[in-house]
Amino acid sequence: MTVDVEKELAELKAKVDEMGPAKVNKLSMIVLAGDLDKLIAAMIIATGAAAMGMKVVQFFTFWGTAALRDSKKNVGGKDLMSTMFGWMLPKGRNKVTLSQMHMGGMGTAMLKDLMKKKNAPSLDQLFEIAEMTGVEIKVCEMSMDLMGFKREELIEYPHMDYCGVATFLAEAQESSVQLIIS
Amino acid sequence: MPDHNVAKTLDLKGLPCPMPVVKISQEINSVEVGEVIEVHTTDPGSLSDFPAWAKVSGNEVLESIQGDPIVIFVRRIK
Repeated sequence: MTVDVEKELAELKAKVDEMGPAKVNKLSMIVLAGDLDKLIAAMIIATGAAAMGMKVVQFFTFWGTAALRDSKKNVGGKDLMSTMFGWMLPKGRNKVTLSQMHMGGMGTAMLKDLMKKKNAPSLDQLFEIAEMTGVEIKVCEMSMDLMGFKREELIEYPHMDYCGVATFLAEAQESSVQLIIS
Repeated sequence: MPDHNVAKTLDLKGLPCPMPVVKISQEINSVEVGEVIEVHTTDPGSLSDFPAWAKVSGNEVLESIQGDPIVIFVRRIK
């Protein structure tokens, strides 16, 4: 009996191709929410994963993109809708509020005060750690366009990039952990 | 206190999640492979977080002692 090595090799190759890309030690996270509590959770998980040696990619979309605005930057040349969105959405991570118990600002202020007392890292500090540990932030182009945000009004973050849904899916496909914060 | 031949002591008292894990991941590279860091923490979550961190990052928790503070011995493996 002869063994058809080439045929077996071809079958093996086909099987390997079917298996798709190998999962790597990576976290892909969608940050859909723009509330203080949810952003804190997203950033704690992201920085924690980076600390564990995981590659981390965060996709900021919809309400999440507003948290990436820089409160000090002002850009002109927007149409009426974009200007209105700009007014109504929080201008950056320090303007976001709690999803519950906001109570006209009292609840959010109380939580921030409590976090300071308990030495819990603020969003500012969490973004610093994220930057230091190489957490990548990818911003949804369509959300930017919908809300009328311009790249010039976002924060300076060295590992930031802009993308669409395919980029997220390609990253998520090879990630061992995928999360959505909504 | 057990003798683990500690190369470095890390005071993380008063720091809540995720800071203990963030700090150890940075400090682990300041000692040589095989050396041990003694961590002092007041975050109760660290008792389960350090072994989880060690497992994923490929390091080793030698011993955790519950107390005030919690003392955890971590050996750098790679």
